[in-house]
Amino acid sequence: MGGMYRRVVDSDLWFSFSRSPTVVVATAVTTIMMMAALFAPLIAPQDPFDLTSLSILDAHIPPAWMAADDHRFLLGSDDQGRDVLSAILYGARISIGVGFASIALALVLGVSLGLLAGYIGGRLDALIMRTAEIQLSFPTILIALLLNGVMRSILPAESQDQLAIPVLIVAIGISGWVQYARTVRGTTLVEKNKEYVQAARLIGIHPVMIMLRHILPNTMGPVLVIATIHLAVAIITEATLSFLGVGVPPTEPSLGTLIRIGNDFLFSGEWWITMFPGAALAILVLAVNLLGDWLRDAFNPKLR
Amino acid sequence: MTDATGPLIEVHDLVKTFDVSRPWLARVLERLPVQTLKAVNGVKFTIRRGETFSLVGESGCGKSTVARLVVGLDRPTRGSVVFDGTDLAGLRRRSDIAPLRRRMQMIFQDPYASLNPRWRVEDIVAEPVNAFRLVANRSERRRKVAESLRQVGLSPEDARKFPHEFSGGQRQRISIARALAANPDFLVCDEPTSALDVSVQAQILNLMKDLQKRFGLTYLFISHDLSVVYHVSSRIGVMYLGRLCEISAAKDLFRQPRHPYTRLLLDTIPDVEMTGRERVSVPGEVPDPIDPPSGCSFHPRCPFANERCRQELPTPLQRGQGMVACHAVEEERLPPFKRSDPGQ
Repeated sequence: MGGMYRRVVDSDLWFSFSRSPTVVVATAVTTIMMMAALFAPLIAPQDPFDLTSLSILDAHIPPAWMAADDHRFLLGSDDQGRDVLSAILYGARISIGVGFASIALALVLGVSLGLLAGYIGGRLDALIMRTAEIQLSFPTILIALLLNGVMRSILPAESQDQLAIPVLIVAIGISGWVQYARTVRGTTLVEKNKEYVQAARLIGIHPVMIMLRHILPNTMGPVLVIATIHLAVAIITEATLSFLGVGVPPTEPSLGTLIRIGNDFLFSGEWWITMFPGAALAILVLAVNLLGDWLRDAFNPKLR
Repeated sequence: MTDATGPLIEVHDLVKTFDVSRPWLARVLERLPVQTLKAVNGVKFTIRRGETFSLVGESGCGKSTVARLVVGLDRPTRGSVVFDGTDLAGLRRRSDIAPLRRRMQMIFQDPYASLNPRWRVEDIVAEPVNAFRLVANRSERRRKVAESLRQVGLSPEDARKFPHEFSGGQRQRISIARALAANPDFLVCDEPTSALDVSVQAQILNLMKDLQKRFGLTYLFISHDLSVVYHVSSRIGVMYLGRLCEISAAKDLFRQPRHPYTRLLLDTIPDVEMTGRERVSVPGEVPDPIDPPSGCSFHPRCPFANERCRQELPTPLQRGQGMVACHAVEEERLPPFKRSDPGQ
């Protein structure tokens, strides 16, 4: 353990990390928000999904420091009488969960296609990369909207609310595979001509095993950097779709849904219903983005 | 099938062309023809059991391509490679190829690229052992890895380390240990010392010679460095622009080079003994292999070229134990070669 600790503390990455207060703060904020989201059922004052615990009489109560007499809701309550803080914690859980799941999908899809395109080459490479370029010429949000809409129209109407989150994950995941594929293909093209791959080919190792055991580990550095930056993009995409009303249903609101619900009350002076989820989303995405930018620079020796 | 007295490797009229055309769309739009590069053009040689056959030549002459064709990393466009009586091109099934693959291994040029940086040495050396199922269990595998490392002068404790913890020469030893772990008969060495310091070069060459003696290995040795080749080879083939221009026993080649190109190469060896010999540089550049010269491809640089050399491709002539492809040799109009043997 001591050796491990020394290796971490002596590494270039740690040096660059500890010298940048921005990154330290961003990491702390990201960690705190993810932990809060993960343990939401333990720390939230109320379960906003449990309709029996809600009372319509508690609706539209301002944040605790502004309220005249009712101090039960720290960040106020919404039109259903839901505690905004609890809704944010549970909402962040869904936002982050959808973000991670869609990254996982995009990563697996993109890395596999990138490996195949780079290693096998030829027509398969042309097919995969032209598809990627066509997809890249459309905005990500448009692709996600399109996929989301198509899948919803295929699915039966009664299961729409249950399948809303999986559909969202698939839509965001597929809209984001291109970057992984392009990066992995590039690295694969370099690695496959190195002599250690030739040595493996020489002893008849199966191409799939060469890709998985030899090339894949050597492409993971840049992939992790992209995944970090992509997390912020995925969360924003999910929030946008939910804000437009095609994401998660209002009964299980994500941050984007909360902002949409609160938006209706902005002009009646109840700003807290939309502002606090909005601020939570902005802070989360900013922190993740800063972390991703730093990782990208730290892994790129040319910028040191 | 196995003929213990015949040559181990027979290479017949090997041809390898590469498509070097522009991408399809650009080619069609700009109305360019398909361009091919003949990297190897009718190469023919045999390697006897237990000998070291070397291929020398300037960079781009196709010697590394020959090495890749011989071990099966690339498929020849034409011609065949016969290993111990079996034509490799005739084998399609993986189960048929596997036993031959085990018997021929390769040592690569760049010791920094030939070892996967994320694998421990034990995994690198054990890769062929696992692939060919040479051992039954883990402890046997560990013993096999330790044995291979010891054979190349490394310690069994090095097995736990990663490649970046070693120097270039040590890495090349790991590369040799990996090749040896398959219990091969035949090693193809593609410029195994050209990325190393001169002092380390000698160590690696001596190691390879020892291993050859111990295990009765046969080597195909690729190099551009004549002084290295001089020390390891039994026979030498000189390549120029994808063709063999001379094959000769190593001693004869240095004492009595027949082909004008071989003479030119020998004149460029640094004069270590300080005999006061003038070093002659090779005049001219290697021609563009996409558009090689007519006739003998060496004629633009050859001091003995005449009209026939410009028109007609020289046919290989049998000379003693070797071969030479040169009109001037055939017409016996070459002056005798004067130069001291670099080994004396």
